[in-house]
Amino acid sequence: MWVLRLILKNSGRHKLRSMLTVLGVALAIVAFGVVRTLILAWYTQAENSSPDRLVTRHAVSLTFDLPLAHRGKIEQVPGVKAVTYANWFGGVYKDKSNFFAQFACDFPTYLDMYPEFEIIEGSRDTLFAERNACMVGKKLAAKYGWKIGDIIPLIGTIYPGDYEFVVRAIYAGKEPNTDESTMLFHWSYLDLRVAEAFPGNEGRAGFYIIRLADPLSAARVSEAVDAKFLNSSAETLTETEEAFALGFVSMSSAIITGIRIVSILIIAIVLLVMANTMAMSARERMKEYSVLKTLGFRKGHLMGLLSGESLLLSGLGCLIGIGLLMPAVGGLSVALSDFFPIMFLGASTVGWAVLISFVVAMVAASYPVWRVLSATITEGLRQIG
Amino acid sequence: MKIPISYNFRNMKARRNTTLVTALGVSLVVFVFTSSLMLNYGLRKTLVDTGSSENAVAIRKSSQSELQSVVTRESAAILSSQPEVARDAAGQSVASAESVVLINLKKRGSDEPSNVTIRGVGPQSLVIRSQVKITEGRAWTPGSSEVIAGRRIAEGFQGCGLGETVRFGSRDWTIVGLFDADGSGFESEIWGDADQLMQAYGRPMYSSVIMRLAPPAEANLLALKDRAAADPRITADLFSERTYYENQTQTMSIFISVLGNVISALFSLGAIVGAMITMYATVSNRTTEIGTLRALGFRRRSILATFLVESVLLSLLGGLGGVALASLMQMVSVSTTNWDTFSEVAFTFALSPGIAVSGLVFAAVMGLVGGFLPAVRASRLGIVEALRTT
Repeated sequence: MWVLRLILKNSGRHKLRSMLTVLGVALAIVAFGVVRTLILAWYTQAENSSPDRLVTRHAVSLTFDLPLAHRGKIEQVPGVKAVTYANWFGGVYKDKSNFFAQFACDFPTYLDMYPEFEIIEGSRDTLFAERNACMVGKKLAAKYGWKIGDIIPLIGTIYPGDYEFVVRAIYAGKEPNTDESTMLFHWSYLDLRVAEAFPGNEGRAGFYIIRLADPLSAARVSEAVDAKFLNSSAETLTETEEAFALGFVSMSSAIITGIRIVSILIIAIVLLVMANTMAMSARERMKEYSVLKTLGFRKGHLMGLLSGESLLLSGLGCLIGIGLLMPAVGGLSVALSDFFPIMFLGASTVGWAVLISFVVAMVAASYPVWRVLSATITEGLRQIG
Repeated sequence: MKIPISYNFRNMKARRNTTLVTALGVSLVVFVFTSSLMLNYGLRKTLVDTGSSENAVAIRKSSQSELQSVVTRESAAILSSQPEVARDAAGQSVASAESVVLINLKKRGSDEPSNVTIRGVGPQSLVIRSQVKITEGRAWTPGSSEVIAGRRIAEGFQGCGLGETVRFGSRDWTIVGLFDADGSGFESEIWGDADQLMQAYGRPMYSSVIMRLAPPAEANLLALKDRAAADPRITADLFSERTYYENQTQTMSIFISVLGNVISALFSLGAIVGAMITMYATVSNRTTEIGTLRALGFRRRSILATFLVESVLLSLLGGLGGVALASLMQMVSVSTTNWDTFSEVAFTFALSPGIAVSGLVFAAVMGLVGGFLPAVRASRLGIVEALRTT
């Protein structure tokens, strides 16, 4: 008990310094949490992927589309349970800065493929009945204030022309990390517009999504699908949904590496702040520690005193930091919502924050502990401030 | 009367360890701040300098990049023959209709796939892009499956070195030459014969038309825009090539600056706290000294000034370290997907005098803010109490 009291009293001796140190640790924890949340945000799409879904795209790159005739051929591959298809639309809503994902899809099969999309307003029937109907995510609808029946004008960039879509359904995600900021509309409507404007270019699907009968057959089915189109004018590349999503992540791998380095630097900075404080305190109290040694206190006691104080300051900072993290991540997710639709504070980030503050406290206390323990009693008593 | 600055230097030397630790903290913050500015500057420099204001780019209306754009042979011919387009000695208009597609290639070493731009160009392209120079090998033979690769692509992607082959569009393409382009974005592209490439993809359309403008370029660009708007046969948007490439950097540039600013702001608060801790300790360790200085006749404001000066010096020391460390980043090259074009672009961190100064100013401000309260405390000490403390 007395050790705890001594630790408390010691940390209260320089109230201002202790408070500043706690503040420093708290800020570092916030910075670390924000940076780590950002790194994780890149991977949410890959984590959402289902092991029984494959994505088939043009072998050359995603910017090439595939003939609709591929659909029937893919369905014939043994192990394929269902097939749907969609096109990236890439339209502009009012201004280029209003970015959100838009897909032209075959609604009936697409909604069966993604059961995590749950229609919360409107219905399948009204959505299917209208040629230019569309479905938007809950978050997206809230962002632009869209309600059922509203008209969304889009200017096509890949498929030129002015488009108008009527909101007939709003969906929410069944899983906490389902993307609720996409817009979906009828592929057949897009195809019609393409046929009108560019006759001869209709009947093209951007990519196919396959549901497997058995998730373990992913490798075999991917190979079988790609083999079917080998040496055709539209060769394909089939991979699991996860690999497909990770392909997008790897495109930004240089940026992600940079952010990871930053998160290590944060730890270095908080370590410097903590170590500085602990070194100062130990230096000032050299004389006292020598007195304690003279009185017969063991090395373990002194070690406990110093590292205990370090742990107290760092732990307090960590707690405050975690408290501040929630609003900080909230703010960041608003600022970067165009880049990352899903961003939330994960339990693992909090775990890391606790671990880091513990390790930082122990490392910061190690140099002063060594100094105090290695100094002889006479040296310590002779020391001046 | 002012306290001489040598007093501050001696003090910093006397407490070497604390000085170093605090300065190191500041230097890490300045390093991150400066690096994020350098990254953004490097990206913009590479991409914006890809375009020349002497050239005009035509892409289909409302498409945002060459990749989304489609230009028919007919409108390419009409655009090239306008009087605002420069002519060469033979009376030919200096213009090039180009086709741009992306192909997925694997990076060397990591096997990670990424999209590489393949640009199908015409005979005038090398005239219009005077910065493109073949450094190894030779140009492609028209009508063959030969291509040349930018230096960055040759270094970074499998199958893109001299003499190697890449396969796309059911054909093998041999890399017969490598080119440099003054560090611009073209170094991240593969170039070949437009007609051959279009045939291989089965796309009978161009993506864009690049035209050298007759001088004065600016006036002729406006005239050309008016003419295109009035001509019902042309459905294209015209940009100065420089503006076009500037638009291609926006998303990435905004992302880097938002991220850089948020992180630097958080980090700087941490460094300010670190500076405050050190300066408060400095003040309390020197209480007797401060009393002596006051007794010698130095004013309160001199005391305030000397502690502020010391804090700023300390931070500037850190700032110098941070900028020096960041300048090493100039050797680091980054290769990543540009989100505006969905294609790979390689660039290096670039330092400008302005960025170095910003880093130092940032450090000085951290020192000033962190040192202010401790300096005020020092200046408020009474002579008698200060001298009495042991």
